[in-house]
Amino acid sequence: MFAYLVRRLFLMLVTLFGISVVIFFLLRIVPGNIVDILFAAAGYVDPADKANLEKELGIDQPLIVQYWHWISGFLRGDFGYSYVSEKPALQEILPRIPITARLAGLALLFSASIGIPLGVISAVKQGTRLDYALRVVSLSGLSLPSFWLGLLILTASVAMFNQMPIFNPNPATWLEAFATYAVPAAAVGFRSAALTMRITRSSMLEVLRQDYIRTARAKGASEAAVNYQHALKNAILPVITVIGIEAAFLIGGLIVTETVFNIPGVARFLVEAIRWRDYPIVQNLVMLIAVVVVSANFIVDMLYAVFDPRIRYTD
Amino acid sequence: MRSVQALAAMAALSLLAFSTIALAGEPKQGGILRMYHRDSPGNASIHEGATYSLNVPFMPVFNNLVIYKQDEAQNRMDNIIPELAESWAWVNDNKTLTFKLRQGVKWHDGKPFTSADVKCTFDMLMGKSQQKFRQNPRKSWYEQVNDVSTNGDLEVSFNLKRPQPSLLALLASGYTPVYPCHVSPGDMRTHPIGTGPFKFVEFKANESIKLTRNTDYWRKGRPYLDGIEFTIIPNRSTAILAFVAGKFDMAFPTEVSIPLLKDVKSQAPNAVCVVEPNNVATNIIVNSSAPPFDNIDIRRAMALSLDRKAFISIMFEGQGDVGGTMLPPPNGLWGMPKEMLETIPGYGPDINANREEAKKLMQKAGYGPDKHLAVKVSTRNIPVYRDPAVILIDQLKSIYIDGELDVVETANWFPKVARKDYMLGLNLTGNAVDDPDQSFYENYSCGSERNYTNYCNKEIEKLFDVQSQETDVAKRKKMVWDIDKKLQEDVARPIIFHARTGSCWQPYVKGVTVMSNSSYNGYRYEDVWMDK
Repeated sequence: MFAYLVRRLFLMLVTLFGISVVIFFLLRIVPGNIVDILFAAAGYVDPADKANLEKELGIDQPLIVQYWHWISGFLRGDFGYSYVSEKPALQEILPRIPITARLAGLALLFSASIGIPLGVISAVKQGTRLDYALRVVSLSGLSLPSFWLGLLILTASVAMFNQMPIFNPNPATWLEAFATYAVPAAAVGFRSAALTMRITRSSMLEVLRQDYIRTARAKGASEAAVNYQHALKNAILPVITVIGIEAAFLIGGLIVTETVFNIPGVARFLVEAIRWRDYPIVQNLVMLIAVVVVSANFIVDMLYAVFDPRIRYTD
Repeated sequence: MRSVQALAAMAALSLLAFSTIALAGEPKQGGILRMYHRDSPGNASIHEGATYSLNVPFMPVFNNLVIYKQDEAQNRMDNIIPELAESWAWVNDNKTLTFKLRQGVKWHDGKPFTSADVKCTFDMLMGKSQQKFRQNPRKSWYEQVNDVSTNGDLEVSFNLKRPQPSLLALLASGYTPVYPCHVSPGDMRTHPIGTGPFKFVEFKANESIKLTRNTDYWRKGRPYLDGIEFTIIPNRSTAILAFVAGKFDMAFPTEVSIPLLKDVKSQAPNAVCVVEPNNVATNIIVNSSAPPFDNIDIRRAMALSLDRKAFISIMFEGQGDVGGTMLPPPNGLWGMPKEMLETIPGYGPDINANREEAKKLMQKAGYGPDKHLAVKVSTRNIPVYRDPAVILIDQLKSIYIDGELDVVETANWFPKVARKDYMLGLNLTGNAVDDPDQSFYENYSCGSERNYTNYCNKEIEKLFDVQSQETDVAKRKKMVWDIDKKLQEDVARPIIFHARTGSCWQPYVKGVTVMSNSSYNGYRYEDVWMDK
């Protein structure tokens, strides 16, 4: 077990090193830097002023030196200062993480709580009008981009209720706080719910044709028991896998949803930071995400090994 | 007798009605003005930026020595009023501008304001102090200032190399606040300290900017508002919808485009909206240092091909102005009269005739129906740049020029222009002050950092100096017209149009004046109040 742990730990560190190199150099491949952008915003280019600013920010140094400054700082927990706001990068990043986490969590909850039951119903009622209607809904969910859906929701809210469900940083009530996140979560989770529904449906259809389902029915089990206790229990595994993958894809949807609903989350912040070439923010934020994902994988690998000893020997 | 009673009753009623109206019009204290902001400004230091995204939220934090009257739409010399100065005088053959300063003014951190702060600010702007701005885009405004001297705590003088009456106009701009000596430029970028009607509270990048009432403001009874809150909403559709839904008291000034204005008026019919020129000229920058535009005939042909009214009708439903470098009248103070403008090649009303002439010039340069000239039209990847570039390409086709759109990210735009890596560029030039000195020296003088095309004509440069020293406005105007005409004939930076944009606010917001010849100077907001 110890050897397995060391092997995995080594792999994790190598992966993180690789990611840090990719993040760092990919950012520098993108044309333009913060100084170009600042001078573009000021509408002039003065080579002397530009050189001074590059020196002040340390982006005049060789790339390898810049990389070392960043990565050694990251390891010490010193994330540096945002080039734009000139505040500590960590102070800029941390408050935004819970906002996006809440939004993503709610979107996943929406996806699972709508997608799974509707997928089961669609499978159980296969070939009926309800099934066709649900399939149309799921197809439309896959076809509608979340930014368009978001704008549609906003426009409809204003036209019909003269209300605007955009982010409220200081909600007065719990309900208001929920509403602040619920509408954008629904907009971004709709596509995910549609996918979950389709996967649930096809998985359920496959399971419902199995012999043990026929046996359960023959033994007199109720339809509800057959569908939910026997069939869904076995059909849910691929659904969980898809929801897991969707969680990773969600960040893409959140960028536009946070923009449309004006939510000051980390996804929109990351895009803005890339636009400004705010290296300390982008590098540290992406690296933080990478550390979380790689660490989660490491923990899962450890748990597999704990629960299934064959893994630690064969790996 | 009865008629006398009736008249008396009517008079009493009228008096009552009038007093009610007067009461309703009386400014009220209190309330937070909620406004959306179109983007997140890079920092909070007005002196280090060149976008009104900075002026709108941070101008209320500061005072200038002098300022354009905030309740008059047109910025003129005769409506410049004292602010931190109490009075001013031109002495020494108009080569010294002396200000008597207001007594008892305090910075937001409680320290007293003195003439040393004025000296510090302008020394930094002129690049003469130890402390430096990271960026100093308006250094050229003070080319003619030899030095700034103080005489005690309450008097300061600008000593000029030669008379420059327009200096007062430059000092009245929203771009010319006085900074405190005791706060570093770095701190001013993150936590600005001013003497203005509102104090800075916080700036969360991409989120919000908050200001609160300066209870110790030197102008007693002002400001009326308790504070101003800007919510940063870069998505224009979301922002406008939020304004329509009443989430905001005011839309970001001059940010409501003409097509959007219709939507706002249909969905929020009570909203107050005004359309004014913003003194931003859409123009073409030409790389005349390399073929094919080193050939003056091709440059002239290009200028002749322009159908300026088509641009205005497509982009602004007719709400725009054709002019030269200076904003055309009646909003602009220095623009050429229409009759003079139409004598410039390419400005005549007969577009077909202009284009026929252009074709001849192209043929003279070796191009024609069988041999088109292929060019790249570079521009920033922002709709206000991209859209006119597309129309330009379409118009150039009529004179055998096949344009290809080359969109450039903002980060790469100025470096690309600076290294002359373009043939034609579609550019926007905003003028902070409606004064020829600002426009001519900044955009057309030899060696100016904002003279992107490096246009350099020593003869014209002499004329810049002559007009700049002229104190007789009528005489100066004629000189300015002649210079502007010459610049257009030289195809220095052909002006396509001057845009107009809309500003909207809720009906209960009072005391807002949108400036009609600059979009940089009207955001002190100390006279704004809310009738609710």
